[in-house]
Amino acid sequence: MGGMAAPQVAPVETPDTDEVPAADRPWVTIVWDDPVNLMTYVTWVFQKLFGYSREKAEQLMLDVHHKGKAVVSSGARERMEHDASQLHAYGLWATVDRS
Amino acid sequence: MFRRRGDRYIATFAVDEVRVLRKVASEVVGLLTDGFDHSDPVVCRLFPEVYPEDATGTAEFRRYTEGDLKTAKIDQAGAILAALPGDSGGEVRLDAEAAEAWLRALNDARLAMGVRLEIKDGTDLGAELDDAVADDPSSSRVFQLSVYAYLGYLQESLLNALIE
Repeated sequence: MGGMAAPQVAPVETPDTDEVPAADRPWVTIVWDDPVNLMTYVTWVFQKLFGYSREKAEQLMLDVHHKGKAVVSSGARERMEHDASQLHAYGLWATVDRS
Repeated sequence: MFRRRGDRYIATFAVDEVRVLRKVASEVVGLLTDGFDHSDPVVCRLFPEVYPEDATGTAEFRRYTEGDLKTAKIDQAGAILAALPGDSGGEVRLDAEAAEAWLRALNDARLAMGVRLEIKDGTDLGAELDDAVADDPSSSRVFQLSVYAYLGYLQESLLNALIE
């Protein structure tokens, strides 16, 4: 992956995720790499299901391909299960986890 | 291979192609009906464990979603069977909805064959096919690999026609 210079600005204070109770943390839908699905098909599915732009969908597909997996959506658990079942209908290998 | 004409997606299939497509679509339907078995690695791939670390959560998820998912997959394989010409070969004309059903069904068929053929990341299909032919040109593996490659080209042509 191409490296980017770190921005020369003071870091903004971000809440430490460890301080948020686990039950309140949102959930994520993860898509895993598999050797069969065509890259163009995976990109198309991301655009179709999530309304992502071509660029965003392509980047997610590349993340799945090169890193083995990518978070494709996040939010309430029920919503993530819905996303996962939709992805399964398209034949993508999707799981749900806490973020 | 598919091309777009107006709002239709059109392909002409030879008699052998029609037979192959009918066979793979029927096999997917068989797998999802009489042959449905979670311990089959193909079923595992088509119905992944949504919580790999949580069998109870996965079972709960399946209780609510698996029936619909199975129906959707049977319907999309059915869309292939419904649109195929008779055993003579001929033209297939799909509207956008049927084209998407075909796309998902072709993907299911490729996933199923990919598991059986043990396709891995970086598998070189051409080299696999050469090896299989050298081994035994009349083997079922040669046939299955050829069909798998064919379905990939067909799916890609349909996808390109949809995106264009």
